[in-house]
Order: sequence, then C-alpha cells, then structure tokens
Amino acid sequence: MIPEFGQFALVVALVSALIQSTLPFIGAAKNIPAWISVARPAAQAQFISLAVSFACLVYVFIQNDFSVLYAAQNSNTKLPIEFRISAVWGAHEGSLLLWALTLGTWTYAVSVFSKKIPDVMIARVLGVMGIISIGFILFILMTSNPFARIFPVPIEGRDLNPLLQDFGLIIHPPMLYMGYVGLSVAFAFAIAAMLAGRLDAAWARWSRPWTSIAWVFLTIGIALGSWWAYYELGWGGWWFWDPVENASFMPWLVATALIHSLAATEKRGVFKAWTVLLAVFAFSLSLLGTFLVRSGVLTSVHSFASDPERGLFILIFLILVVGSSLVLYAWRAPAIKSTSKFKFISKETALLLNNVLLVVAAGTILLGTLYPLVIDALSLGKISVGPPYFNSVFVPIMVPLVALMAIGVLIRWKEDNLQRMKKHLLTYFVISLALGLLGTWMMPSFTFSAVIAITLAWWVVLNMSYHFMLRFKNKAVSWQGLKTIPRAIYGMHIAHIGIAVFTIGVTLTSVYSTEKDVMLTPGESYSLAGYDFKFSGSNKIVGPNYQGERGHVTVTQDGNVIAKLEPEKRIYTVQRSPMTEAAIDAGITRDLFVAMGEPRGKDGGWALRLYHKPFIRWIWLGSLIMGFGGLLAATDKRYRKAK
Amino acid sequence: MLKLKFILPLIAFALLVTLLFVGLSNDPRRVPSPLVGKSAPAFELPRLQDPDVTFSPEMLKGEVWLLNIWASWCRGCQVEHPLLNELAKQKLVSIVGLNYKDTNAEAKAWLAKLGNPYRLVVTDQKGLVGFDYGVYGVPETFFIDKKGIIRYKHIGPINYKDLTEKLIPLIKALKAEP
Repeated sequence: MIPEFGQFALVVALVSALIQSTLPFIGAAKNIPAWISVARPAAQAQFISLAVSFACLVYVFIQNDFSVLYAAQNSNTKLPIEFRISAVWGAHEGSLLLWALTLGTWTYAVSVFSKKIPDVMIARVLGVMGIISIGFILFILMTSNPFARIFPVPIEGRDLNPLLQDFGLIIHPPMLYMGYVGLSVAFAFAIAAMLAGRLDAAWARWSRPWTSIAWVFLTIGIALGSWWAYYELGWGGWWFWDPVENASFMPWLVATALIHSLAATEKRGVFKAWTVLLAVFAFSLSLLGTFLVRSGVLTSVHSFASDPERGLFILIFLILVVGSSLVLYAWRAPAIKSTSKFKFISKETALLLNNVLLVVAAGTILLGTLYPLVIDALSLGKISVGPPYFNSVFVPIMVPLVALMAIGVLIRWKEDNLQRMKKHLLTYFVISLALGLLGTWMMPSFTFSAVIAITLAWWVVLNMSYHFMLRFKNKAVSWQGLKTIPRAIYGMHIAHIGIAVFTIGVTLTSVYSTEKDVMLTPGESYSLAGYDFKFSGSNKIVGPNYQGERGHVTVTQDGNVIAKLEPEKRIYTVQRSPMTEAAIDAGITRDLFVAMGEPRGKDGGWALRLYHKPFIRWIWLGSLIMGFGGLLAATDKRYRKAK
Repeated sequence: MLKLKFILPLIAFALLVTLLFVGLSNDPRRVPSPLVGKSAPAFELPRLQDPDVTFSPEMLKGEVWLLNIWASWCRGCQVEHPLLNELAKQKLVSIVGLNYKDTNAEAKAWLAKLGNPYRLVVTDQKGLVGFDYGVYGVPETFFIDKKGIIRYKHIGPINYKDLTEKLIPLIKALKAEP
C-alpha cells in the first residue's frame, strides 16, 4: 500500500503545482487578489505532498520491499541502513524524485520567507516555479516512476552500485541539487520581473540572497563531489573534466557571474538586461546539466543510469522552458534603460570584466563538453575531449580573473582613478611577489606556475585585508567596530580569500604531485617524495556485503612513523564488482595516498599505487571558505529584516 | 520592438537544441565496426594450454560462438569475467578467448585465479590478429554466427544488463538461424 500511497502523493503534488502555476498568473495579470493569494498555500501543499511521496520511497527501501522494481534494482537486505536510505537517490528514478523534492523545498522557502515582497510578484515567482515542477513531476510519472511494482517479487535485490556505497554519496547529490535547483529561484524572479515589465533594481535586491544561498550549496556540492571522486575512485585525481562534472561547474561559473552582476544592478542600476539574461542562463545550464546526465548523450564515469527516451522528454522540456524565457527576453529586454552612467575606471567596469571572463570560461567548457556531440552529429567520428583541452583554455582565463579580483575590490563605484591606488597595488604586489618566490623556493623545484599562483593568492589576500581595514580609517580597530560591519562585507572578503586558498591548492597539487605504481612483496618498501612506504602484507576481510583484502602499509620519514595506511580491495558479493578503497593520510601541506591494484605472484605481493599530493586539502578548504563567505553574505541583516 | 542583439540568445539556443536532438539519436558507445556483417578474419594461433595445437575460426563453422579478446593486464576484463563464467555455466554458447598482448604465465595464473569460462584460449602475443579484428581496447567481444560471419561487436566490459537484455537474446536468435 505504501508505494501506491507515495505515487498518489505525487499526483496530488502535480495537481497542486497545476493550481500554483495557473490561478496566480491569471490573478496577477487581471489583478484578482483572491487568485493571487492562492499561490502560497498551493506551493506549500505541493511541497508537503512531495515530502510525503519521498518519505514513502525511503520507507520502501528501509523495509526492503523488493516488490518495488526500483528498490529491487538498487538495494539489498545486506546493504547497511544508511546506504539503503541513500540508495533512494542512487539511480535515475529516485534522483529525479529528489530533484522534484528539492524544487518543492525551495518553493516552500520562497512562500515562507518573502513577506515583504509584493504578493503580485510572489504569485508570479511561485507560478514560474510551479511550471518547472509540473515538468519534473510529469517526467517522473510518465517515464520514471520509482514506485512501479514487479511480479514475481524477487527474494533479493540487486544491490546498490558499490561506487555509491559511501558517505560522500549520501550528502553530495542533495547538496548539489539544492544548488542546481536553487538557481530556479533567481530564474523565477527574473521571469516574473519580465512578465510584470518591471525590470528595476527591486527584483535584483529580492533575488540576491536566494542566488547566494543557491551558490553556497552549489559550491559545497561540487567540492564534495570532487572530494568523493578523490578518495573513492582510487585514481588520486580530484577533477576529471568529465561531462557530468562540467554540467555542475558551468552553472557555478554563471551563478558566480550572476552574484556579481546582481550587485551592480541593485547598487547602481546598470547591466539590467544582462543580469536577467544571466539568471536565465544559470538555470538553463542546470537544466542542460540534468539533460546531459540523464539522457546518456555523453559518456561519462557518472552515467550510472541513462536512457535516450527519457532524454527526449527533458529536451522538450528544456525547449519549452528556456525557449519561452528567451522569447520573453527578446520581447521585454529592448525596453530596459540603464539609469546611471559610469566611467571606464570604475567598479562597474571591473564587474563587467569579471562577468565576461566567467561567462567566457563557462562557454569554453560548454564547447568542450558538447564538441564530441558536434563531431558525432556531423558524422565525423567519435572523439572525447579531455583534460588537456580544458586545462589549456581554462587556466589562461582564471589567471586574469584572480588578478582582476585583487584589483577590483579596491576600485570605487562610478568613477575612480588608478593613481589613487597605484601605490598600494604596487607595494602589495612587490610583497606578494617576494612571498611567491619564497614559497616556491620551499617547494621541491622551481616552477613559474607556482610563483604566479602564490603571488596572486597573496596579492588577493593583502588587498582584501587592506580594503577591509579601510573601514577603520582614523579609528582604532575595536570589537565594537568589528561588530558593526555588515555580514555582507565579511562574506565578500572571506569568499575571495577562499579563492586564494583554492588557487594555491590547485596549482601546487597539479605541479608537485608525485605518483608511482609499484610491485611490492611483503617486507619490501618504496620511497616516494622523501617518504618510505613499507608493505607488510595483506589479510582477508569480510564486510556486510563484500569480501576483500586489506593491505598494510607503514609510512616513515627519516625513521619516524608518519602513518599506518590500510587500503582495501573489495569484491561486492551481489554485483561482483571490484572496488578500491584507498587509504589516505591527510595533512595540511600534503596527502599520502595508497591504493591497491592487483595481487601479483604467489608470495603475497601486490601492485600498489602510491601518491604524494602536496596541498590538495587546500582545494576543498578554499571551497569551504568560499561557501562560508557566501553564507555570511546571504544572511546579511538587511535581508533578514526584509523577511 | 525587436532588436537583433536581444534575439541572439534565442538563436544560439535554437542551434544548441538542434545539436542535442541529433546527439540524442546517436549512441555514444556505439563505434561502428566495418567488420560487422563480414566473415570473421581467418587466423591460426597456438592454444594457451597446449601451444603445439593451433586453432582457427574454420573449426567452429556451423556453430554460434563468441570471440572474447582479453588480457591479464586489463581491468575491464576482470570486471566482465564473472559474467563470462556465468554465461559458460549456462552452456548456451562456446566462448573462445583471444589472449591479447600478454604472457602465457600471467594469462594462466589469471585463469587459475578467476576461473576459466573459455572452451579454449588462443594466444596473440604480438597483437597481430587483434589488429585484423580492429581491436583498439580490451575487452571486446565478437559474436560470430553459424556461417562464420561477425554479427555483432561488443566494446568494453559486458555488464549484467547488456548480457541479460541484449546479448543472450542475440545469441539465442543466432542459434535459431538455419
């Protein structure tokens, strides 16, 4: 009964979404207050129905009800309870339901935290979100019903893909979806503003906190995904420029641009049309990402469940949503007038440059991601575009972007002159360069990439700190003074420092990582980057739903024991797939990483992969700092008051 | 009033969608093999367990069989191996293994450890026969019908879904042919 109830709840959610996206629109157009006021209750009813439906599916998995096809395909009685719950979103049907629930959650949040925004506006915003919801719920009901039954009922389920039996996967998809789907709020605000024909600064102010929160989720979600790939795939890599990773990174880049252009639109009334277009782009890229992941048009290490017929549905949906938004844009945007002017040397110009660089970066990634499709569509063969392309186009865009960030923070709105800043910029640059050279000198070898990265990172940090301290001009720094500074200011500085930390992490890891595949018999050791890895054999292990071997590696440096690492090689019983569980000794300045390859010979020897990864933690640390900065900015007092 | 610069995004989007439509009808994993529909290229290679005896495709004429290209150094082969063992147990079809660019000692150790689903294994240490068959990634599996014609080529590890939903029905259909 529970599965049928879950399906019924989904139908109720669809009906609520239909009401949510019809009556309020008509009400807003014809000015009928009663119809406008339907928006909030309908949105809340939709959210509750989706939550009930999702809870039913979780219940099916916890109860091991294998009469439900989706549970039979993705779960197993021997699967530990936490993975039985995360298996709910481990494959196509469930992850779509999670998508819909996430959208429902955002819709609910908008309906609750928007008391100060005029009802007419909220009616339209919720209406737009309702339309998106209709698309996804219909998609689930028509092509991907997670509650479908099978007969005869299998005694045992086929188990969850072992790659996904991991803590990282429990939280990575919900976080990422919160980010992806959260961009629908900014999108809905932009569409609502265009429908109302009121593209003033007000819509920008309303959508800023929402966009920032979505961006925080997206940042953390992507970082988690990268961390998961690092320790779970056993290749020691943290980013593969895989189509699915790109699908999450493109919306992030555009959302980052959007955050900056929203600031310019709200504060100075410039770039209005562009900001609207960015809001449309950001969410369109989320939808495109969903299409790429779910349709299987591109092969990827992530395509655990993809299906071309389902792809067609998403594509048609994409055309309807994005196509109509762009038509609306073509119709409304020409009427937008900028209300203020700015000189060439100004914060407006800096933000414009920031936007151009970020959008160009997103564009080059889009090109690289879709290029194999273009070649295939033109019947020119099969190719795949790999890291060499992405690294060689992406890095040259990021270097000026980070430099611009360091300078941009100091520039004033409307009009400024470089003479004023020249002294500071130069002084800090010289200090940064010295620190960059010093930092690189401490590395195993001299490389220009390291000098550039460390110098730029310090330049950003110094300029950010200087800019922050300007608030205390002529005043002593005091606790009282620190408390009066708005959170948004803290957030902006912290997020940018996060970028500096991230830059150092990425560069030093890429340049100075060492790795080696070695064959070791028990008692043998191998030396890598000054660390001795001694292999002392392996033993058999039996887990709840797998069997395997656990290796024992002791790492010493100059005779001192640094870490005892126990990598595992598992064979999951049901799907019979081998899995590598890497063992990692994490540290601020370096990670030591051991993964087991294959057994060799009769005397207990193993092929082992050893990695030394300097500063890799800084990549995720930087992302967390960015996220924290975003969170501070999004929860600034002026937004909280506006509730 | 419509202006071109505001319509540009729409035009770009239309192009993108057209591309995606075409992309949807292409299967990214399907790499067409010019050999499908042609006779399996002839060869004569020594057997792994008994190097003095050779095998050539001629010998299996009148039978449906699979030629599975594998190597002990290949990770994908390890992934699909349990499924090949399963398929062998069903006694539905003969699987001939072509051990590709490998050493006999390692190949034998591998089979001893993971089980041997093959009716027989031939060794192609220099990869010359693999070249004739257009092998560019291991594992690959060729489906050869009673007339000795390659009817299908599976690239990459066979998974459970491929096997049950596509490959076994294909084998049954080939066996039903005269």
